[in-house]
Amino acid sequence: MKRSSNLIWLLLLLVGGGFLIFRTVNGSMGRAYVRHETFNATDSFTKRIQKIDDEEQQELAKGETLSEEKAAARGKLKNRLPTVAGITWTKVSSAERGELTTKDGQPDPAVVFSWSRTIGLWIAAVGTLAIMSFLWGDNVFYKLAEAIVIGASAAYAMVVGFWTGIIQNLFGKLIPAAMRETVLPGLPGAQEAELIYIVPLVLSVLMLWRLAPQGGWISRWPLAFFIGATAGIRLVAYLDADFVQQIGNTIMPLIVSDNKQGLMVGHSIGNIIIVVGVLACLVYFFFSFEHKGVVGGTARVGIWFLMITFGAGFGFTVMGRISLISDRFSFLFYDWLWLPKPGIDA
Amino acid sequence: MSDITPRDSAHDPPSDMPPAEDGSETGFDFRNLDRRWIFLAMGLAVAIPMLMGVVFPEEPSEEVLDVFAAVEGLEDGSSVLMAYDYDPASKGELEPMAAAFVRHCAQKKHKLYFITLWPAAVPMLQKNIAILNREYPEYTYGEDYVNLGFRPGSEGVIKVVVTDLKKLYANDVDGTDLNELPLTRNLKNIQSMDLIINVSAGTPGAKEWVQYAATPFDIKMVAGVTGVGYTPLVPYVPKQLAGMLGAIKAAAEYEEAVLLEYPHLRENPSTQEGLRKMGPQLVAHMLIIGLIVVGNVIFFTDRKRGVS
Repeated sequence: MKRSSNLIWLLLLLVGGGFLIFRTVNGSMGRAYVRHETFNATDSFTKRIQKIDDEEQQELAKGETLSEEKAAARGKLKNRLPTVAGITWTKVSSAERGELTTKDGQPDPAVVFSWSRTIGLWIAAVGTLAIMSFLWGDNVFYKLAEAIVIGASAAYAMVVGFWTGIIQNLFGKLIPAAMRETVLPGLPGAQEAELIYIVPLVLSVLMLWRLAPQGGWISRWPLAFFIGATAGIRLVAYLDADFVQQIGNTIMPLIVSDNKQGLMVGHSIGNIIIVVGVLACLVYFFFSFEHKGVVGGTARVGIWFLMITFGAGFGFTVMGRISLISDRFSFLFYDWLWLPKPGIDA
Repeated sequence: MSDITPRDSAHDPPSDMPPAEDGSETGFDFRNLDRRWIFLAMGLAVAIPMLMGVVFPEEPSEEVLDVFAAVEGLEDGSSVLMAYDYDPASKGELEPMAAAFVRHCAQKKHKLYFITLWPAAVPMLQKNIAILNREYPEYTYGEDYVNLGFRPGSEGVIKVVVTDLKKLYANDVDGTDLNELPLTRNLKNIQSMDLIINVSAGTPGAKEWVQYAATPFDIKMVAGVTGVGYTPLVPYVPKQLAGMLGAIKAAAEYEEAVLLEYPHLRENPSTQEGLRKMGPQLVAHMLIIGLIVVGNVIFFTDRKRGVS
């Protein structure tokens, strides 16, 4: 057993390692490029004004006039045009391998090598291989990659949550003027402080009281509020979408026909299966009577329906998992190793 | 070594295995097969068709055509909420259908409002918007599409935006005031959307959009979901969900439906990502079916021979 395992891995390491070394030395893999596009504010404004002018010409040709909204937007752009002279910015976007050269085969000067994205590409590739190494057995590389994924995901969610929840939603509503002056310049000028947001602020502070050395019980009050409110909101949604509507969805004709096609056998069988399946599964979960006789037989039919449902779910799950490995292989083969994509590169 | 590592009892032959007739050690036997050979076989079953570019023809099913019709049936320039709730962990499964939705909507010149309930989905939104920038340069930000980005609160966000969008979204993802963008200046809430397209990898996702937006406010909605999430959501079709795409198979069929309607898109290989992923799927599924058959044959043979 051990010998066969060693053989598998020796083979994989030799083939994979040799190939990797060859491609790396050759300089034809594992590089990331970006496209730099420089924009000029004056050009951008002029284009937008020109676009509205063209639309106006089209409207005039139809015997109509430009909408007031667009005319106002054009006026605003024209007013701001002198103030943006000299302002430029560069947009950096990912570039595919195929974009390295222009259509006539010359190197595209706008596409440049990116160190930061190349390092990211290698981290992603090595991380993928480290996670896949769990198939061999638990090991330090897997554990390291797992810890990095969890840590990075948690940090990312926290930062995004803090920015959008605390800064934009809470402080943006409570102290909009201060936020506009500092970190949220895009806040509408007309936005005024909404004092109702003091309530979530106080509840949040009470929630954090749990960390204080004394009075930890205070955090139970906001928690009770959140649980109660969430349960109430969800109860209504479930009752409507998953109870009342679902009952309505199950009330259907068992014999389906129309004037053109007459009896629609397939549709009818489908509806009968749905109704019988729902009733049989409900009987299976009905424990007030012993599952004997008619009740037992119906419950048994219910089990069959449940098993078929689980089987379908398992089949879909398998398909999903294969998609995931397929995606990772696609990343390793094409984005990292730069193998030719059949039908695209070759 | 933990219990879940491959090097545990699963590799060891059962103690009640019958010895070989000549008394020697048993040779190759599926019962003793190291599971890593199966991993290797599965890896090859996925990698080889992928490297060979094996693509099988797909025919859109009735369920997929329902989704297609929901997008195609809208008047050109309709408002569509693109609620993309998936992260990099499920992009392999959902990205092809998300991209197909974007291209289909762009072909119909629909006005697109991108939004997400998942913090890690923001780069996914940007990736889909990059399709518009690259392939549909006539699409102008703020006029034809807008990226609302993420807000924390899960289904709470839906509850708010369905009645008062600007209460939560005063700005777009870059901090631009929504009142300054022509597309969102007069937008009150998402009830004015002609369609919600949700690509969902879990919770919050399609279920929540159905519960808090589509059902109570009667907004037309279609969804594309992972394989794991498909079966629990089927009861919503067709009344609460006009249609639903389940996993990569439906994504490939949807791509085919779009390509049949807009054949010029075939020139762009990116429009066939889902179709290309079906080659490895087929071979891998054949392998799994083969292994299930072999496993069952061994099980029933052993049972007949009286091996427990």
